[in-house]
Amino acid sequence: MLDVQGLNKAFGGLRAVRDIDASFERGKITAIIGPNGAGKTTFFNLVAGAIRPTSGRILLKGEEMTGLRADLIARRGVARTFQTTALFDHASVLDNLIVGHRLRTRSGFWDALIGSGRLAAEERECRRKAEEALDFVGLSHIGNRLAADVSQDERKRIAFALALTTEPELLLADEPAGGVNPDETNGLAALMRKIVATGVTLILIEHKMRMVMELADKIIVLDHGEKIADGTPQDIRSHQRVIDAYLGADHAAAH
Amino acid sequence: MSVRLAITALAIGLALVFPFIAPNDYYLSVMALVYVNALAALGLNLTAGYTGQLNLAHGGFVAIGAYTVGLLTVDYGTPFWIAFALSGVVAAGLGFFVGLLSLRLKGHYFAIFTLCVGSVITLLIEKWDSLTHGVVGVIGIPAPPGLGPIRFDTSIGQYYLVLAFLLLGLFVMRRIVDSLVGRTFVAIRNSEDLAEALGIDLMRNKILAFVISTFYAGVSGALYAGYVRFLGPDIAGVSRTFDLLSASVLGGLGTLTGPVVGTIIVAWLTQYLQFLQDYRMVVFGPLLILALILFPRGIVGSLELWAARRKAMAEPRAPQAAPLAGASENA
Ligand SMILES: Nc1ncnc2c1ncn2[C@@H]1O[C@H](COP(=O)(O)OP(=O)(O)O)[C@@H](O)[C@H]1O
Ligand SMILES: [Mg+2]
Repeated sequence: MLDVQGLNKAFGGLRAVRDIDASFERGKITAIIGPNGAGKTTFFNLVAGAIRPTSGRILLKGEEMTGLRADLIARRGVARTFQTTALFDHASVLDNLIVGHRLRTRSGFWDALIGSGRLAAEERECRRKAEEALDFVGLSHIGNRLAADVSQDERKRIAFALALTTEPELLLADEPAGGVNPDETNGLAALMRKIVATGVTLILIEHKMRMVMELADKIIVLDHGEKIADGTPQDIRSHQRVIDAYLGADHAAAH
Repeated sequence: MSVRLAITALAIGLALVFPFIAPNDYYLSVMALVYVNALAALGLNLTAGYTGQLNLAHGGFVAIGAYTVGLLTVDYGTPFWIAFALSGVVAAGLGFFVGLLSLRLKGHYFAIFTLCVGSVITLLIEKWDSLTHGVVGVIGIPAPPGLGPIRFDTSIGQYYLVLAFLLLGLFVMRRIVDSLVGRTFVAIRNSEDLAEALGIDLMRNKILAFVISTFYAGVSGALYAGYVRFLGPDIAGVSRTFDLLSASVLGGLGTLTGPVVGTIIVAWLTQYLQFLQDYRMVVFGPLLILALILFPRGIVGSLELWAARRKAMAEPRAPQAAPLAGASENA
Protein backbone atom coordinates (compact mmCIF):
# COMPACT_ATOMS: atom_id res chain seq x y z
CA MET A 1 0.00 0.00 0.00
CA LEU A 2 2.60 2.51 1.14
CA ASP A 3 6.35 2.34 0.62
CA VAL A 4 8.89 4.84 1.85
CA GLN A 5 12.49 4.70 0.72
CA GLY A 6 15.40 6.51 2.32
CA LEU A 7 13.13 9.14 3.81
CA ASN A 8 14.85 12.11 5.46
CA LYS A 9 13.63 15.31 7.01
CA ALA A 10 15.91 17.89 8.56
CA PHE A 11 14.71 20.99 10.39
CA GLY A 12 17.83 23.10 10.17
CA GLY A 13 20.44 21.00 11.95
CA LEU A 14 17.89 18.69 13.51
CA ARG A 15 17.38 15.45 11.64
CA ALA A 16 13.83 14.63 12.70
CA VAL A 17 13.52 11.67 10.32
CA ARG A 18 16.59 9.75 9.14
CA ASP A 19 16.89 7.28 6.28
CA ILE A 20 13.67 5.48 6.94
CA ASP A 21 12.77 2.54 4.72
CA ALA A 22 9.47 0.87 5.41
CA SER A 23 6.53 -0.68 3.68
CA PHE A 24 2.99 -0.90 4.93
CA GLU A 25 0.75 -3.72 3.80
CA ARG A 26 -2.74 -3.23 2.52
CA GLY A 27 -5.47 -3.98 5.05
CA LYS A 28 -3.03 -4.27 7.96
CA ILE A 29 -2.53 -2.27 11.13
CA THR A 30 0.97 -0.92 11.61
CA ALA A 31 1.88 0.89 14.80
CA ILE A 32 4.69 3.41 15.03
CA ILE A 33 6.11 3.75 18.50
CA GLY A 34 8.98 5.65 20.00
CA PRO A 35 9.72 8.22 22.70
CA ASN A 36 8.54 11.83 22.45
CA GLY A 37 10.43 13.71 19.79
CA ALA A 38 11.36 10.51 17.95
CA GLY A 39 9.94 11.89 14.70
CA LYS A 40 6.66 9.98 14.55
CA THR A 41 4.41 12.95 13.81
CA THR A 42 7.01 14.29 11.38
CA PHE A 43 6.84 10.95 9.57
CA PHE A 44 3.06 11.35 9.23
CA ASN A 45 3.48 14.93 8.07
CA LEU A 46 5.80 13.68 5.34
CA VAL A 47 3.48 10.92 4.19
CA ALA A 48 0.44 13.21 4.24
CA GLY A 49 2.30 15.92 2.31
CA ALA A 50 2.02 18.55 5.04
CA ILE A 51 5.81 18.98 4.74
CA ARG A 52 8.29 17.99 2.03
CA PRO A 53 11.03 15.48 2.65
CA THR A 54 14.64 16.59 2.50
CA SER A 55 15.30 13.45 0.51
CA GLY A 56 13.79 10.06 -0.15
CA ARG A 57 10.70 8.75 -1.87
CA ILE A 58 7.12 8.01 -0.89
CA LEU A 59 5.06 5.62 -3.03
CA LEU A 60 1.35 4.95 -2.67
CA LYS A 61 0.22 1.77 -4.39
CA GLY A 62 3.44 1.95 -6.36
CA GLU A 63 2.79 5.51 -7.55
CA GLU A 64 5.18 8.29 -6.76
CA MET A 65 3.71 10.89 -4.45
CA THR A 66 6.84 12.50 -3.05
CA GLY A 67 6.45 16.27 -2.80
CA LEU A 68 2.77 16.24 -3.75
CA ARG A 69 0.59 18.84 -2.01
CA ALA A 70 -1.36 17.61 1.01
CA ASP A 71 -4.78 18.15 -0.55
CA LEU A 72 -3.80 16.11 -3.61
CA ILE A 73 -2.53 13.31 -1.41
CA ALA A 74 -5.85 13.36 0.47
CA ARG A 75 -7.63 13.00 -2.86
CA ARG A 76 -5.55 9.94 -3.59
CA GLY A 77 -7.01 8.29 -0.53
CA VAL A 78 -4.76 9.19 2.39
CA ALA A 79 -6.59 10.53 5.45
CA ARG A 80 -5.26 11.42 8.86
CA THR A 81 -6.33 12.25 12.36
CA PHE A 82 -4.28 14.75 14.34
CA GLN A 83 -2.97 14.55 17.87
CA THR A 84 -5.52 17.25 18.68
CA THR A 85 -8.52 17.65 16.42
CA ALA A 86 -9.37 21.24 15.59
CA LEU A 87 -13.14 21.05 15.43
CA PHE A 88 -15.17 24.17 14.82
CA ASP A 89 -16.60 24.40 18.34
CA HIS A 90 -19.55 26.64 17.59
CA ALA A 91 -21.06 24.37 14.97
CA SER A 92 -22.84 21.08 15.43
CA VAL A 93 -20.94 17.82 15.19
CA LEU A 94 -22.71 17.00 11.93
CA ASP A 95 -21.88 20.41 10.46
CA ASN A 96 -18.25 19.74 11.26
CA LEU A 97 -18.35 16.51 9.29
CA ILE A 98 -20.16 17.65 6.17
CA VAL A 99 -17.12 19.34 4.63
CA GLY A 100 -15.13 16.10 4.93
CA HIS A 101 -16.53 14.74 1.69
CA ARG A 102 -15.85 18.01 -0.13
CA LEU A 103 -12.81 16.57 -1.90
CA ARG A 104 -15.08 14.13 -3.79
CA THR A 105 -17.34 16.95 -5.04
CA ARG A 106 -16.90 19.43 -7.87
CA SER A 107 -19.36 22.30 -7.33
CA GLY A 108 -17.83 25.74 -7.22
CA PHE A 109 -18.78 29.38 -6.99
CA TRP A 110 -21.03 29.43 -10.06
CA ASP A 111 -22.97 26.43 -8.80
CA ALA A 112 -23.56 28.27 -5.53
CA LEU A 113 -24.56 31.46 -7.34
CA ILE A 114 -27.19 29.87 -9.54
CA GLY A 115 -28.08 27.17 -7.01
CA SER A 116 -27.31 24.36 -9.44
CA GLY A 117 -28.78 20.89 -9.26
CA ARG A 118 -25.30 19.44 -9.09
CA LEU A 119 -24.58 21.45 -5.93
CA ALA A 120 -27.83 20.32 -4.32
CA ALA A 121 -27.04 16.70 -5.13
CA GLU A 122 -23.49 17.00 -3.84
CA GLU A 123 -24.66 18.65 -0.64
CA ARG A 124 -27.06 15.79 -0.03
CA GLU A 125 -24.25 13.35 -0.69
CA CYS A 126 -21.91 15.14 1.76
CA ARG A 127 -24.60 15.14 4.44
CA ARG A 128 -25.32 11.47 3.84
CA LYS A 129 -21.61 10.64 4.10
CA ALA A 130 -21.34 12.61 7.32
CA GLU A 131 -24.33 10.83 8.87
CA GLU A 132 -22.99 7.49 7.74
CA ALA A 133 -19.57 8.15 9.24
CA LEU A 134 -21.08 9.40 12.48
CA ASP A 135 -23.18 6.27 12.68
CA PHE A 136 -20.11 4.14 11.95
CA VAL A 137 -18.21 5.58 14.93
CA GLY A 138 -21.27 5.15 17.14
CA LEU A 139 -22.16 8.80 17.60
CA SER A 140 -25.30 9.25 15.52
CA HIS A 141 -27.11 10.43 18.66
CA ILE A 142 -24.92 13.54 19.07
CA GLY A 143 -25.10 14.91 15.52
CA ASN A 144 -26.83 18.09 16.64
CA ARG A 145 -24.67 18.71 19.67
CA LEU A 146 -22.22 21.59 19.50
CA ALA A 147 -18.68 20.38 18.96
CA ALA A 148 -17.68 22.44 22.02
CA ASP A 149 -19.85 20.21 24.20
CA VAL A 150 -18.48 16.76 23.32
CA SER A 151 -16.28 14.60 25.56
CA GLN A 152 -12.67 13.73 24.79
CA ASP A 153 -13.64 10.21 23.72
CA GLU A 154 -16.34 11.56 21.44
CA ARG A 155 -13.87 14.03 19.99
CA LYS A 156 -11.49 11.19 19.13
CA ARG A 157 -14.33 9.33 17.44
CA ILE A 158 -15.39 12.43 15.53
CA ALA A 159 -11.81 12.71 14.26
CA PHE A 160 -12.13 9.20 12.84
CA ALA A 161 -15.53 10.00 11.37
CA LEU A 162 -14.10 13.08 9.67
CA ALA A 163 -11.27 11.04 8.19
CA LEU A 164 -13.74 8.41 6.98
CA THR A 165 -15.88 10.95 5.11
CA THR A 166 -12.94 11.44 2.73
CA GLU A 167 -13.22 7.75 1.69
CA PRO A 168 -9.61 6.88 2.51
CA GLU A 169 -7.69 3.77 1.59
CA LEU A 170 -4.89 4.63 3.99
CA LEU A 171 -5.56 6.17 7.38
CA LEU A 172 -2.87 7.77 9.55
CA ALA A 173 -3.96 8.11 13.18
CA ASP A 174 -1.75 10.18 15.49
CA GLU A 175 -2.22 9.09 19.11
CA PRO A 176 -5.90 8.29 18.64
CA ALA A 177 -6.27 7.19 22.26
CA GLY A 178 -4.37 10.08 23.84
CA GLY A 179 -6.12 11.45 26.92
CA VAL A 180 -8.96 8.93 27.22
CA ASN A 181 -9.55 6.40 29.99
CA PRO A 182 -8.81 2.63 29.69
CA ASP A 183 -12.42 1.68 28.90
CA GLU A 184 -12.60 4.29 26.17
CA THR A 185 -9.20 3.13 24.89
CA ASN A 186 -10.67 -0.33 24.37
CA GLY A 187 -13.64 1.20 22.59
CA LEU A 188 -11.33 3.12 20.26
CA ALA A 189 -9.27 -0.01 19.57
CA ALA A 190 -12.50 -1.78 18.61
CA LEU A 191 -13.39 1.11 16.35
CA MET A 192 -10.01 0.89 14.62
CA ARG A 193 -10.50 -2.85 14.03
CA LYS A 194 -13.91 -2.07 12.59
CA ILE A 195 -12.37 0.50 10.23
CA VAL A 196 -9.69 -1.91 9.06
CA ALA A 197 -12.36 -4.56 8.51
CA THR A 198 -13.83 -2.32 5.80
CA GLY A 199 -10.57 -2.62 3.87
CA VAL A 200 -8.77 0.50 5.08
CA THR A 201 -5.05 0.28 5.79
CA LEU A 202 -4.21 1.82 9.17
CA ILE A 203 -1.01 3.26 10.51
CA LEU A 204 -1.17 4.57 14.04
CA ILE A 205 1.15 6.33 16.41
CA GLU A 206 0.48 5.29 19.95
CA HIS A 207 2.04 5.32 23.39
CA LYS A 208 -0.34 2.92 25.04
CA MET A 209 1.72 -0.26 24.71
CA ARG A 210 -0.97 -2.70 25.74
CA MET A 211 -3.23 -1.39 23.02
CA VAL A 212 -0.42 -1.44 20.45
CA MET A 213 0.57 -4.99 21.27
CA GLU A 214 -3.01 -6.21 20.94
CA LEU A 215 -3.96 -4.18 17.89
CA ALA A 216 -0.96 -4.05 15.59
CA ASP A 217 -0.02 -6.57 12.96
CA LYS A 218 3.34 -4.92 12.72
CA ILE A 219 5.27 -2.40 14.78
CA ILE A 220 7.91 0.09 13.71
CA VAL A 221 10.09 1.62 16.40
CA LEU A 222 11.58 5.07 15.91
CA ASP A 223 14.22 6.71 18.05
CA HIS A 224 15.90 10.03 17.27
CA GLY A 225 14.39 9.91 13.80
CA GLU A 226 15.80 6.47 13.03
CA LYS A 227 14.01 3.21 12.60
CA ILE A 228 15.64 0.99 15.19
CA ALA A 229 13.39 -2.03 14.78
CA ASP A 230 10.38 -3.41 13.03
CA GLY A 231 8.44 -6.65 13.21
CA THR A 232 5.48 -8.32 14.83
CA PRO A 233 4.52 -7.38 18.38
CA GLN A 234 6.24 -10.62 19.41
CA ASP A 235 9.52 -9.60 17.76
CA ILE A 236 9.42 -6.14 19.27
CA ARG A 237 8.74 -7.36 22.78
CA SER A 238 11.97 -9.29 22.75
CA HIS A 239 14.08 -6.81 20.77
CA GLN A 240 16.98 -5.75 22.96
CA ARG A 241 17.58 -2.34 21.39
CA VAL A 242 13.91 -1.47 21.74
CA ILE A 243 13.88 -2.48 25.37
CA ASP A 244 16.94 -0.32 25.95
CA ALA A 245 15.85 2.69 23.99
CA TYR A 246 12.18 2.86 24.59
CA LEU A 247 10.38 0.28 26.60
CA GLY A 248 12.81 0.68 29.47
CA ALA A 249 13.93 -1.68 32.16
CA ASP A 250 10.63 -1.78 34.02
CA HIS A 251 8.83 -2.91 30.89
CA ALA A 252 11.23 -5.80 30.40
CA ALA A 253 10.74 -6.69 34.02
CA ALA A 254 6.97 -6.59 33.65
CA HIS A 255 7.03 -9.24 30.94
CA MET B 1 -36.58 28.62 11.14
CA SER B 2 -39.89 30.45 10.94
CA VAL B 3 -38.61 32.91 13.56
CA ARG B 4 -35.70 33.65 11.26
CA LEU B 5 -38.06 34.12 8.33
CA ALA B 6 -40.23 36.49 10.37
CA ILE B 7 -37.21 38.57 11.42
CA THR B 8 -36.01 38.73 7.81
CA ALA B 9 -39.42 39.82 6.53
CA LEU B 10 -39.71 42.42 9.28
CA ALA B 11 -36.24 43.82 8.61
CA ILE B 12 -36.81 44.06 4.86
CA GLY B 13 -40.26 45.56 5.44
CA LEU B 14 -38.81 48.18 7.77
CA ALA B 15 -36.09 49.06 5.29
CA LEU B 16 -38.69 49.43 2.53
CA VAL B 17 -41.00 51.78 4.48
CA PHE B 18 -38.15 53.69 6.13
CA PRO B 19 -38.30 56.62 3.64
CA PHE B 20 -41.93 57.18 4.60
CA ILE B 21 -41.36 57.14 8.34
CA ALA B 22 -38.04 58.98 8.39
CA PRO B 23 -38.50 62.55 9.69
CA ASN B 24 -36.35 64.05 6.94
CA ASP B 25 -33.87 63.44 4.12
CA TYR B 26 -30.94 63.52 6.49
CA TYR B 27 -32.02 60.23 8.05
CA LEU B 28 -32.41 58.82 4.58
CA SER B 29 -28.89 59.77 3.59
CA VAL B 30 -27.41 58.35 6.80
CA MET B 31 -29.17 55.07 6.15
CA ALA B 32 -28.17 54.96 2.47
CA LEU B 33 -24.51 55.35 3.43
CA VAL B 34 -24.98 52.65 6.04
CA TYR B 35 -26.12 50.28 3.30
CA VAL B 36 -23.16 51.20 1.11
CA ASN B 37 -20.77 50.48 3.98
CA ALA B 38 -22.66 47.32 4.93
CA LEU B 39 -22.14 45.99 1.41
CA ALA B 40 -18.40 46.54 1.78
CA ALA B 41 -18.51 44.92 5.23
CA LEU B 42 -20.25 41.86 3.76
CA GLY B 43 -17.27 41.42 1.47
CA LEU B 44 -14.73 41.95 4.23
CA ASN B 45 -16.58 39.39 6.33
CA LEU B 46 -16.22 36.72 3.66
CA THR B 47 -12.42 36.78 3.94
CA ALA B 48 -11.93 37.91 7.54
CA GLY B 49 -14.99 36.21 9.02
CA TYR B 50 -15.65 33.07 7.03
CA THR B 51 -12.21 32.26 5.63
CA GLY B 52 -10.10 33.61 8.49
CA GLN B 53 -7.88 35.87 6.37
CA LEU B 54 -7.73 39.38 7.80
CA ASN B 55 -7.56 41.62 4.75
CA LEU B 56 -6.65 45.13 5.88
CA ALA B 57 -6.59 46.49 2.31
CA HIS B 58 -10.35 46.17 1.99
CA GLY B 59 -10.90 49.94 2.12
CA GLY B 60 -8.40 50.23 -0.71
CA PHE B 61 -10.54 47.99 -2.90
CA VAL B 62 -13.61 50.08 -2.04
CA ALA B 63 -11.63 53.10 -3.22
CA ILE B 64 -10.66 51.33 -6.43
CA GLY B 65 -14.33 50.66 -7.20
CA ALA B 66 -15.22 54.24 -6.39
CA TYR B 67 -12.39 55.71 -8.48
CA THR B 68 -13.24 53.41 -11.38
CA VAL B 69 -16.67 55.04 -11.54
CA GLY B 70 -15.41 58.53 -10.71
CA LEU B 71 -12.60 58.65 -13.25
CA LEU B 72 -14.36 56.82 -16.06
CA THR B 73 -17.45 59.04 -15.88
CA VAL B 74 -15.73 62.38 -15.23
CA ASP B 75 -12.54 62.10 -17.30
CA TYR B 76 -13.49 59.64 -19.99
CA GLY B 77 -17.19 60.28 -20.44
CA THR B 78 -18.07 56.65 -19.89
CA PRO B 79 -21.80 56.13 -19.26
CA PHE B 80 -22.42 55.70 -15.53
CA TRP B 81 -23.84 52.19 -15.63
CA ILE B 82 -20.99 50.88 -17.78
CA ALA B 83 -18.47 52.35 -15.36
CA PHE B 84 -20.53 50.93 -12.53
CA ALA B 85 -20.46 47.44 -14.02
CA LEU B 86 -16.69 47.70 -14.46
CA SER B 87 -16.04 48.80 -10.87
CA GLY B 88 -16.59 45.37 -9.35
CA VAL B 89 -14.63 43.69 -12.13
CA VAL B 90 -11.65 46.04 -11.78
CA ALA B 91 -11.54 45.63 -7.99
CA ALA B 92 -11.91 41.85 -8.23
CA GLY B 93 -9.29 41.61 -10.99
CA LEU B 94 -6.81 43.51 -8.86
CA GLY B 95 -7.94 41.42 -5.90
CA PHE B 96 -6.98 38.32 -7.84
CA PHE B 97 -3.39 39.46 -8.27
CA VAL B 98 -3.03 40.80 -4.75
CA GLY B 99 -4.49 37.54 -3.46
CA LEU B 100 -2.09 35.51 -5.57
CA LEU B 101 0.82 37.45 -4.06
CA SER B 102 -0.32 37.58 -0.47
CA LEU B 103 -2.45 34.57 0.39
CA ARG B 104 0.51 32.23 0.78
CA LEU B 105 1.36 34.25 3.87
CA LYS B 106 -0.29 33.00 7.00
CA GLY B 107 -2.01 34.80 9.86
CA HIS B 108 -0.38 38.04 10.93
CA TYR B 109 1.94 38.12 7.94
CA PHE B 110 -1.05 38.23 5.62
CA ALA B 111 -2.67 40.99 7.68
CA ILE B 112 0.52 43.05 7.67
CA PHE B 113 1.06 42.54 3.95
CA THR B 114 -2.46 43.72 3.17
CA LEU B 115 -2.00 46.68 5.50
CA CYS B 116 0.90 47.67 3.27
CA VAL B 117 -1.17 47.09 0.12
CA GLY B 118 -3.80 49.43 1.57
CA SER B 119 -1.18 52.12 2.17
CA VAL B 120 0.19 51.70 -1.34
CA ILE B 121 -3.30 52.18 -2.81
CA THR B 122 -3.78 55.36 -0.74
CA LEU B 123 -0.38 56.65 -1.81
CA LEU B 124 -1.03 55.89 -5.48
CA ILE B 125 -4.32 57.78 -5.36
CA GLU B 126 -2.65 60.73 -3.63
CA LYS B 127 0.47 60.95 -5.79
CA TRP B 128 -0.63 59.81 -9.24
CA ASP B 129 -2.15 63.21 -9.99
CA SER B 130 -2.49 62.75 -13.73
CA LEU B 131 -4.75 59.76 -13.31
CA THR B 132 -6.50 60.33 -9.99
CA HIS B 133 -6.51 64.14 -9.52
CA GLY B 134 -4.43 63.51 -6.37
CA VAL B 135 -5.47 65.29 -3.21
CA VAL B 136 -7.84 67.53 -5.15
CA GLY B 137 -10.12 64.56 -5.63
CA VAL B 138 -12.71 63.80 -8.27
CA ILE B 139 -15.54 66.29 -8.47
CA GLY B 140 -18.78 66.23 -10.42
CA ILE B 141 -19.47 62.53 -10.63
CA PRO B 142 -22.92 62.11 -12.22
CA ALA B 143 -25.76 60.62 -10.22
CA PRO B 144 -26.83 57.19 -11.43
CA PRO B 145 -29.11 57.81 -14.45
CA GLY B 146 -32.63 56.44 -14.18
CA LEU B 147 -33.57 53.10 -15.59
CA GLY B 148 -36.88 53.40 -17.43
CA PRO B 149 -39.36 55.12 -15.14
CA ILE B 150 -37.17 54.70 -12.03
CA ARG B 151 -35.05 57.69 -11.09
CA PHE B 152 -31.97 57.65 -8.87
CA ASP B 153 -31.19 61.37 -8.67
CA THR B 154 -33.56 61.90 -5.74
CA SER B 155 -32.70 60.90 -2.19
CA ILE B 156 -35.51 58.35 -2.16
CA GLY B 157 -34.37 56.89 -5.48
CA GLN B 158 -30.78 56.67 -4.24
CA TYR B 159 -31.95 55.07 -1.02
CA TYR B 160 -33.80 52.31 -2.84
CA LEU B 161 -30.93 51.83 -5.27
CA VAL B 162 -28.38 51.12 -2.55
CA LEU B 163 -30.91 49.09 -0.58
CA ALA B 164 -31.53 46.93 -3.65
CA PHE B 165 -27.80 46.28 -4.00
CA LEU B 166 -27.41 45.47 -0.33
CA LEU B 167 -30.29 42.98 -0.48
CA LEU B 168 -28.86 41.45 -3.65
CA GLY B 169 -25.48 41.27 -1.94
CA LEU B 170 -27.01 39.52 1.06
CA PHE B 171 -28.91 37.11 -1.16
CA VAL B 172 -25.79 36.13 -3.11
CA MET B 173 -23.70 35.95 0.06
CA ARG B 174 -26.23 33.63 1.65
CA ARG B 175 -26.04 31.32 -1.33
CA ILE B 176 -22.27 31.24 -1.04
CA VAL B 177 -21.87 30.79 2.71
CA ASP B 178 -24.69 28.26 3.04
CA SER B 179 -23.25 26.08 0.28
CA LEU B 180 -20.36 23.62 0.19
CA VAL B 181 -18.25 26.53 -1.05
CA GLY B 182 -18.93 28.42 2.19
CA ARG B 183 -18.30 25.32 4.28
CA THR B 184 -14.96 25.01 2.54
CA PHE B 185 -14.06 28.58 3.55
CA VAL B 186 -15.07 27.91 7.16
CA ALA B 187 -12.95 24.76 7.21
CA ILE B 188 -9.95 26.88 6.19
CA ARG B 189 -10.63 29.41 8.94
CA ASN B 190 -11.05 26.61 11.46
CA SER B 191 -7.68 24.99 10.71
CA GLU B 192 -5.61 25.23 7.56
CA ASP B 193 -3.75 22.02 8.41
CA LEU B 194 -6.95 20.07 8.89
CA ALA B 195 -8.58 21.58 5.80
CA GLU B 196 -5.61 20.62 3.67
CA ALA B 197 -5.63 17.09 5.10
CA LEU B 198 -9.29 16.90 4.07
CA GLY B 199 -8.27 17.54 0.49
CA ILE B 200 -9.12 21.24 0.33
CA ASP B 201 -6.97 23.30 -2.03
CA LEU B 202 -6.10 26.20 0.30
CA MET B 203 -4.78 28.64 -2.27
CA ARG B 204 -7.59 28.16 -4.76
CA ASN B 205 -10.29 28.64 -2.13
CA LYS B 206 -8.63 31.57 -0.40
CA ILE B 207 -8.24 33.34 -3.74
CA LEU B 208 -11.89 32.64 -4.58
CA ALA B 209 -12.99 34.17 -1.27
CA PHE B 210 -10.67 37.13 -1.79
CA VAL B 211 -11.90 37.82 -5.33
CA ILE B 212 -15.58 37.68 -4.30
CA SER B 213 -14.77 39.88 -1.32
CA THR B 214 -13.01 42.52 -3.42
CA PHE B 215 -15.86 42.42 -5.93
CA TYR B 216 -18.22 43.43 -3.12
CA ALA B 217 -15.78 46.16 -2.13
CA GLY B 218 -15.68 47.46 -5.69
CA VAL B 219 -19.46 47.60 -6.07
CA SER B 220 -19.76 49.28 -2.69
CA GLY B 221 -17.25 51.89 -3.84
CA ALA B 222 -19.17 52.43 -7.07
CA LEU B 223 -22.40 53.03 -5.13
CA TYR B 224 -20.51 55.42 -2.86
CA ALA B 225 -19.20 57.37 -5.86
CA GLY B 226 -22.69 57.65 -7.35
CA TYR B 227 -24.13 58.67 -4.03
CA VAL B 228 -21.61 61.18 -2.65
CA ARG B 229 -20.48 62.26 -6.14
CA PHE B 230 -17.15 63.45 -4.83
CA LEU B 231 -14.06 61.36 -4.09
CA GLY B 232 -10.88 62.09 -2.15
CA PRO B 233 -7.92 59.83 -1.37
CA ASP B 234 -9.04 59.49 2.25
CA ILE B 235 -11.66 56.93 1.29
CA ALA B 236 -8.87 54.39 0.76
CA GLY B 237 -7.53 54.97 4.27
CA VAL B 238 -6.83 52.07 6.56
CA SER B 239 -9.04 53.67 9.22
CA ARG B 240 -12.05 52.98 6.99
CA THR B 241 -11.10 49.32 6.89
CA PHE B 242 -10.94 49.33 10.68
CA ASP B 243 -14.38 50.98 10.86
CA LEU B 244 -15.82 48.23 8.66
CA LEU B 245 -14.02 45.62 10.71
CA SER B 246 -15.09 46.86 14.14
CA ALA B 247 -18.71 47.13 12.98
CA SER B 248 -18.52 43.55 11.65
CA VAL B 249 -16.98 42.30 14.88
CA LEU B 250 -19.75 43.97 16.87
CA GLY B 251 -22.45 42.46 14.66
CA GLY B 252 -20.73 39.10 14.40
CA LEU B 253 -17.82 38.10 12.16
CA GLY B 254 -18.50 34.94 10.22
CA THR B 255 -22.27 35.39 10.34
CA LEU B 256 -24.34 36.41 7.33
CA THR B 257 -26.12 39.44 8.74
CA GLY B 258 -23.66 40.42 11.48
CA PRO B 259 -21.78 43.00 9.37
CA VAL B 260 -25.05 44.68 8.38
CA VAL B 261 -26.39 44.77 11.94
CA GLY B 262 -23.04 46.06 13.21
CA THR B 263 -22.78 48.77 10.56
CA ILE B 264 -26.30 50.01 11.32
CA ILE B 265 -25.68 50.13 15.09
CA VAL B 266 -22.33 51.86 14.78
CA ALA B 267 -23.72 54.47 12.39
CA TRP B 268 -26.65 55.42 14.61
CA LEU B 269 -24.58 55.34 17.75
CA THR B 270 -22.14 57.70 16.05
CA GLN B 271 -25.06 59.98 15.19
CA TYR B 272 -26.34 60.04 18.76
CA LEU B 273 -22.88 60.67 20.15
CA GLN B 274 -22.34 63.52 17.66
CA PHE B 275 -22.72 66.11 20.45
CA LEU B 276 -19.58 64.75 22.12
CA GLN B 277 -17.57 65.72 19.03
CA ASP B 278 -13.95 64.61 19.37
CA TYR B 279 -14.63 62.82 22.64
CA ARG B 280 -16.95 60.45 20.85
CA MET B 281 -14.41 57.66 20.77
CA VAL B 282 -13.97 57.91 24.54
CA VAL B 283 -17.54 56.70 24.88
CA PHE B 284 -17.63 54.60 21.76
CA GLY B 285 -14.52 52.52 22.52
CA PRO B 286 -15.65 51.30 25.95
CA LEU B 287 -19.15 50.63 24.57
CA LEU B 288 -17.69 48.38 21.89
CA ILE B 289 -15.58 46.55 24.45
CA LEU B 290 -18.57 46.13 26.75
CA ALA B 291 -20.64 44.74 23.87
CA LEU B 292 -17.90 42.23 23.09
CA ILE B 293 -17.73 41.12 26.72
CA LEU B 294 -21.49 40.54 26.66
CA PHE B 295 -21.50 39.09 23.13
CA PRO B 296 -18.05 37.64 22.48
CA ARG B 297 -19.10 36.37 19.05
CA GLY B 298 -20.86 39.58 18.14
CA ILE B 299 -24.57 40.19 18.42
CA VAL B 300 -25.72 37.89 15.64
CA GLY B 301 -23.03 35.30 16.37
CA SER B 302 -24.02 35.05 20.03
CA LEU B 303 -27.71 34.76 19.15
CA GLU B 304 -26.95 32.00 16.66
CA LEU B 305 -24.83 30.14 19.18
CA TRP B 306 -27.66 30.38 21.71
CA ALA B 307 -30.14 29.05 19.13
CA ALA B 308 -27.81 26.18 18.19
CA ARG B 309 -27.43 25.19 21.87
CA ARG B 310 -31.19 25.18 22.30
CA LYS B 311 -31.58 22.98 19.25
CA ALA B 312 -29.00 20.55 20.61
CA MET B 313 -30.81 20.48 23.98
CA ALA B 314 -34.14 19.78 22.33
CA GLU B 315 -32.59 16.74 20.64
CA PRO B 316 -33.93 13.56 22.23
CA ARG B 317 -30.94 11.80 23.77
CA ALA B 318 -30.65 8.22 22.59
CA PRO B 319 -29.97 6.85 26.05
CA GLN B 320 -26.59 5.14 26.32
CA ALA B 321 -26.66 4.06 22.69
CA ALA B 322 -22.98 4.56 21.99
CA PRO B 323 -21.39 3.15 25.15
CA LEU B 324 -23.41 -0.04 24.74
CA ALA B 325 -22.44 -0.41 21.12
CA GLY B 326 -18.82 0.21 22.11
CA ALA B 327 -19.01 -2.40 24.84
CA SER B 328 -20.39 -5.05 22.53
CA GLU B 329 -17.59 -4.35 20.05
CA ASN B 330 -15.08 -5.15 22.75
CA ALA B 331 -16.65 -8.40 23.76
N1 LIG C 1 8.01 22.13 11.99
C1 LIG C 1 9.08 21.83 12.75
N2 LIG C 1 10.12 22.68 12.82
C2 LIG C 1 11.20 22.39 13.57
N3 LIG C 1 11.35 21.29 14.30
C3 LIG C 1 10.33 20.40 14.28
C4 LIG C 1 9.16 20.63 13.53
N4 LIG C 1 8.32 19.57 13.70
C5 LIG C 1 8.95 18.74 14.54
N5 LIG C 1 10.16 19.22 14.90
C6 LIG C 1 11.13 18.56 15.75
O1 LIG C 1 11.36 17.29 15.23
C7 LIG C 1 11.48 16.34 16.26
C8 LIG C 1 10.47 15.24 16.08
O2 LIG C 1 9.19 15.75 16.39
P1 LIG C 1 7.86 14.91 16.24
O3 LIG C 1 7.85 14.29 14.90
O4 LIG C 1 6.72 15.81 16.57
O5 LIG C 1 8.04 13.83 17.39
P2 LIG C 1 7.02 12.76 17.95
O6 LIG C 1 5.73 12.89 17.23
O7 LIG C 1 7.68 11.45 17.74
O8 LIG C 1 6.88 13.06 19.41
C9 LIG C 1 11.32 17.09 17.57
O9 LIG C 1 12.60 17.38 18.07
C10 LIG C 1 10.60 18.33 17.16
O10 LIG C 1 10.94 19.40 18.01
MG1 LIG D 1 3.81 13.43 17.94
